[in-house]
Amino acid sequence: MNDFPAVRDDVRSDVPDIRPSAVVEEQPPLPQQLVELHGWGRAAGSMSHLASIDSVAGAVSALRQGSGRGVTPRGLGRSYGDAAQNAGGTTLDLTHLNKILAVDVAAEPATVTVQAGVSLDTLMKALLPFGLWVPVLPGTRQVTIGGAIAADVHGKNHHTQGSFGNHVRSLDLLTADGAVRTLDRPGGGSWEGLDDDGRLFWATIGGMGLTGAIVEAVVELQRVETAYFTVDTDRCSDIDDLMARMSEGDEDYNYSVAWFDAVTRGKHMGRAVLTRGDKAKLSQLEPKQRRDPLKFVAPSFGTIPEVFPNRMVNKLTAKAFSEFWYRKAPQHRVGELQNITQFFHPLDIVAEWNRVYGPNGFLQYQFAVPFDAPETFKRCFEMIVTSGHLSCLNVLKRFGPGNLSPLSFPMPGWTLTVDLPIEAGLDKLCDALDEEVVGAGGRVYLAKDSRLTAGRFRQMYPRLDDFLSVRNRVDPQHLFSSDLARRLEL
Amino acid sequence: MINATGNPGSLLLLGGTSDIALAIARRYAGRGGLRVVLAARPGERRTAAAAELTGLGCRVQEVDLDARDHASHAATVEAAFSEGDIDVAVVAFGLLGDAEQAWQDAEHALELAEVNYTAPVHLGVLLAERLKAQAHGVIVALSSVAGERVRRSNFVYGSTKAGFDGFYLGLGEALRGTGVRVLVVRPGFVKSKMTEGLDAAPLAATPEEVAEATVDAVAAKKELIWVPVPMRFVMSGLRHVPRPLFRRLPV
Repeated sequence: MNDFPAVRDDVRSDVPDIRPSAVVEEQPPLPQQLVELHGWGRAAGSMSHLASIDSVAGAVSALRQGSGRGVTPRGLGRSYGDAAQNAGGTTLDLTHLNKILAVDVAAEPATVTVQAGVSLDTLMKALLPFGLWVPVLPGTRQVTIGGAIAADVHGKNHHTQGSFGNHVRSLDLLTADGAVRTLDRPGGGSWEGLDDDGRLFWATIGGMGLTGAIVEAVVELQRVETAYFTVDTDRCSDIDDLMARMSEGDEDYNYSVAWFDAVTRGKHMGRAVLTRGDKAKLSQLEPKQRRDPLKFVAPSFGTIPEVFPNRMVNKLTAKAFSEFWYRKAPQHRVGELQNITQFFHPLDIVAEWNRVYGPNGFLQYQFAVPFDAPETFKRCFEMIVTSGHLSCLNVLKRFGPGNLSPLSFPMPGWTLTVDLPIEAGLDKLCDALDEEVVGAGGRVYLAKDSRLTAGRFRQMYPRLDDFLSVRNRVDPQHLFSSDLARRLEL
Repeated sequence: MINATGNPGSLLLLGGTSDIALAIARRYAGRGGLRVVLAARPGERRTAAAAELTGLGCRVQEVDLDARDHASHAATVEAAFSEGDIDVAVVAFGLLGDAEQAWQDAEHALELAEVNYTAPVHLGVLLAERLKAQAHGVIVALSSVAGERVRRSNFVYGSTKAGFDGFYLGLGEALRGTGVRVLVVRPGFVKSKMTEGLDAAPLAATPEEVAEATVDAVAAKKELIWVPVPMRFVMSGLRHVPRPLFRRLPV
């Protein structure tokens, strides 16, 4: 076992004092350049003034110098759509607010105090030596803390741990008035019972940067003995088989997710590979791994070059990939030890993998429908498979309960994600899927979205008015805005 | 902003009762929730167009546009942007006029020049200013092959379209790097109310065909298209025909 330092341990000491204060002093104007920014899907970019922020005071200055088209915070640009871009306005690049301020190892649970621009990659590397673990990890480590909170990201353990916001103890929010507010997670389980700050806390979680810019947060952590996972893998012959197995067995695992084949039709439609696992204990490691149980294994095979044409993902490549991915999985394997990259972030071994889709880009369609609508779920799945639009990276998962955030995506039910290259007719498929999803009381994930209409959005998020009442109180002029906000008429 | 799948959330039609403009609106209206600003002269035709688009699920705002009243243009553009960003703006108004009258009647010639060239230039500058500020948007300029090589048979109209075409191609160049794009559409003969009573020329298109090609070209981020596509090659040939031969051609 690791010896945890008994006292609060500052990982970084060269940290400027950015303790929250009522109003931060302004700094001289920042150089701003008009640049094209786009989401990870690269499909709907726009031009905005990019202000690189390395202090809270700098962010305040940028707020004050607005161009009249508002300000949006941006981290590592991993949201797929138009959430972190602001055509004609200002985009705050917060990735230079990247200090880990404090780690409290002794507390239970342990916590870390971080600036918003710290990536999960950096954070995990810093925390693992202490035997500490970020409780919620999305499909890439290349997201910032601010982004993880603003999108209320989820991971393979949503059914047991909820989304990222559930683990935020407090956050510092720079609001439109130029003040930094420290918001503690309120007690109490109902929105009606929350005070103004409590509501602002939960509206900021999943709030897509529209309540203000998160500049710092205190995140609760888990403990791990090793940086490995014991993984059980099962091939499932079709979608019914997959859903049945997940329904029965997911509760036995902390982490569960399935990849499915979205290309093959007929008898094998919906064949899938289900992987479920838990953190490995020290005693479960191989002798060699035990020598350095908390080693962070994150190989990098370089960066995908900008050479791919459109239609790289075509019938031929998609079929070949899907066949390969299915066949390479064992029929049934128990207790395999996998490292972080293998288990969580296989795509992180190459940088800029989104270039594979070519210059037209792609979109990710992720929706969730309640457990009582499995037929809708299957129908949506069939619509995708039979549409002729091809997706290779397909994820299916069961969500656990959601949280108090009015715009948080996860809800108890099934969620499905597909990556679709931009091609003619894709809008019709997505619009038809929206209709099904709305009909079943489901929703799509704003962090992935780049094409939903304002009307559909309102139908999908029935608590939108809760969000708007908070936003209109703290930012009546809508200084914080974005392309996503304008598209969804927020 | 135009979304990832190429669909705008808002559409401005300058010349909101033009057959082609309305055909474009109908195509975009399909998915519901489209906001349309109809800029046209007030009257029955605009009212009918608004009613039709409302029926298709659009939210329609009617704005007055008088092409020949230059002083009113700024207010027209102001009103068009009053309810938010414009994602696609279609410059669709125009006047075919009477070809033989136009070159012999100064008033009629002036009318064609003002409606087909002066007003589009004036409004184009105002429009570009707005779109530049929002740093996104597409201007669709409905030009004509008549301007590509001006013919004796309708040279007043053709000359206005030549100027119009040149202006919007140039505007597209000037707007590079601002996030705003210009698409110039050069249809051949279009069977619309503008050409009612005329004999259809070869390679004639319907407003719906022009609209379909336009919508696809906006999504594909094109800058210049011909409708139908073969018209491009026909015009490419005609441009190089020597004058003595050209004047004998039945075009």
